[in-house]
Amino acid sequence: MEFLNLVLLDQIRDILEFPSFFFEVVFGGLMSGVMYSLVALGFVLIFKASGVFNFSQGVFALFAALTLVGLMTGTMPFSLEKSLPALPVWLAIAVTFGVMIVLAILVERIVLRPLVNQDQIIMFMSTIGLAFVLEGLGDTMWGSGVKALDVGIPSGNFMVGEIQIQVFDLWAAGIAAFLVVVLAVFFQKTRTGRALRAVADDHQAALSVGIPLRNIWVVVWSAAGLVALVAGIMWGSKSGVQFSLSLIALKALPVLILGGFTSVPGAIVGGLIIGVGEKVAEVYWGPLVNGAIENWFAYVVALVFLLFRPQGLFGDKIIERV
Amino acid sequence: MSAAEALEPETILSVENITLSFGAVRAIRDVSFDIRKGEIRAIIGPNGAGKTSMLNVINGFYHPQEGRIMFRGAVRKQMKPHEAAAGGIARTFQNVALFRGMTTLDNIMTGRNLKMDKWRTSLIPAMFYYGPTQKEEIKHREYVERVIEFLEIEAIRKTPVGRLPYGLQKRVELGRALAAEPDLLLLDEPMAGMNLEEKEDMCRFVLDVNDEFGTTIALIEHDMGVVMDLSDRVVVLDHGEKIADGTPEDVKSNQNVIDAYLGVSH
Repeated sequence: MEFLNLVLLDQIRDILEFPSFFFEVVFGGLMSGVMYSLVALGFVLIFKASGVFNFSQGVFALFAALTLVGLMTGTMPFSLEKSLPALPVWLAIAVTFGVMIVLAILVERIVLRPLVNQDQIIMFMSTIGLAFVLEGLGDTMWGSGVKALDVGIPSGNFMVGEIQIQVFDLWAAGIAAFLVVVLAVFFQKTRTGRALRAVADDHQAALSVGIPLRNIWVVVWSAAGLVALVAGIMWGSKSGVQFSLSLIALKALPVLILGGFTSVPGAIVGGLIIGVGEKVAEVYWGPLVNGAIENWFAYVVALVFLLFRPQGLFGDKIIERV
Repeated sequence: MSAAEALEPETILSVENITLSFGAVRAIRDVSFDIRKGEIRAIIGPNGAGKTSMLNVINGFYHPQEGRIMFRGAVRKQMKPHEAAAGGIARTFQNVALFRGMTTLDNIMTGRNLKMDKWRTSLIPAMFYYGPTQKEEIKHREYVERVIEFLEIEAIRKTPVGRLPYGLQKRVELGRALAAEPDLLLLDEPMAGMNLEEKEDMCRFVLDVNDEFGTTIALIEHDMGVVMDLSDRVVVLDHGEKIADGTPEDVKSNQNVIDAYLGVSH
């Protein structure tokens, strides 16, 4: 009974006593969850369309953020001196998106095309290599210091009852929601979206209706680049553009296991659950083990899921007619 | 030019002296035949005769080492799958190759892939969806609905195809090929594994496609009764070689064909 008190009842009593604090914690968790969702979304897009787990998605986000900062401050790539005109925010974002598309084309040309029909594990290994190359390239082009990124997302906070809400977080959630809706419509209702899903299902049949595999891969990696750009902007504005940005990819892993590797809604819900879960665990159960639960909580949840529901909450269960 | 030659129907595709090997294995040896506009051309032969390989050559999945392919007047050494698709060749597969996670409707919509306007369905307009992209969707959806009605599969429009029984899957696959409004339709054993009723339905669809849309059809089939009823001309392959070519009656009485099918004592 004393043990139960220690690990469960005390916390519940705490929550009931100060509900507004609890909601603030949950809200904070939801907001970091949105960020996780954004990164996980990039993984899901590529995995759905090509069956490749793209390890370099986090570095994509870092690279996009670095490029954006560079363009906004007018830094000359490689020489690291301010010798270019600083671009206005919207133009810098557009140009960065352009850079991400070029990157997608290069990845298809240099990395994926020579590896067509290879095992998925080989594709996966190649994306690990890609991550390191891109990381080095980002450093060489734009320098390795921590940079501030401000694209003009409003900051400040206001109170709802006793709960403090960050304006920035609301914007982040709004932008993420918009992105998800756009991608969902694109995948479900358009020619290209159908072609993407077709390629993921059956290469030969896709070819027979005239879907060119190569273009499709470029489209998918460009879409993942767009998601990486948005994630990079959000994380970068919140905590500065620096190397650790690329490590958010590791947090996306448990999100994917929870939500299912092939499900867009799964990435969203998974991200939110992980975000809220780790914040609540940290605040209420952290003191029991001297804190730092936040860092590993997500992975424990993922392990539990692997045991009981390996396809995730929304993942495709393989249905086969015999 | 004699009167008989003038009446000769136009040839839509011909393969000339095609040889295809996989390493040391010769799948097809020096095979030539043609397909005339508007006809139903059957390719028959015992197992391993090279029938499916032949379809794969025509549709560009396999690249023959020797020979040439004449399609719509253009002569080439080999086809490429997207060239074949863009040129109006659609096909079905021996082991149904549908997009299993997608609904019947979406599967057949992919058949419209090459008919849809590229710009209207590209990323930027698609981001807004309402407007050009939606208009394009509706336009092509209308054609797809006609195909669905024609094949009598209205009831399974929204069902993921992985859940459908085999016979219906084959029908959906035919629908996807038809949605491309092909000039030449390649059917790889469209009736394999079907019961009598399903076979009769499929025969009817094949004949109707040929009649109503004027589509030229090349089909591989094992059921001799079906072949004799459906086809205008038959080419017979055995061990990668052509052993007969002609009307069903000619082929039926050809001694080589009888030997190949029944086996011959040496």
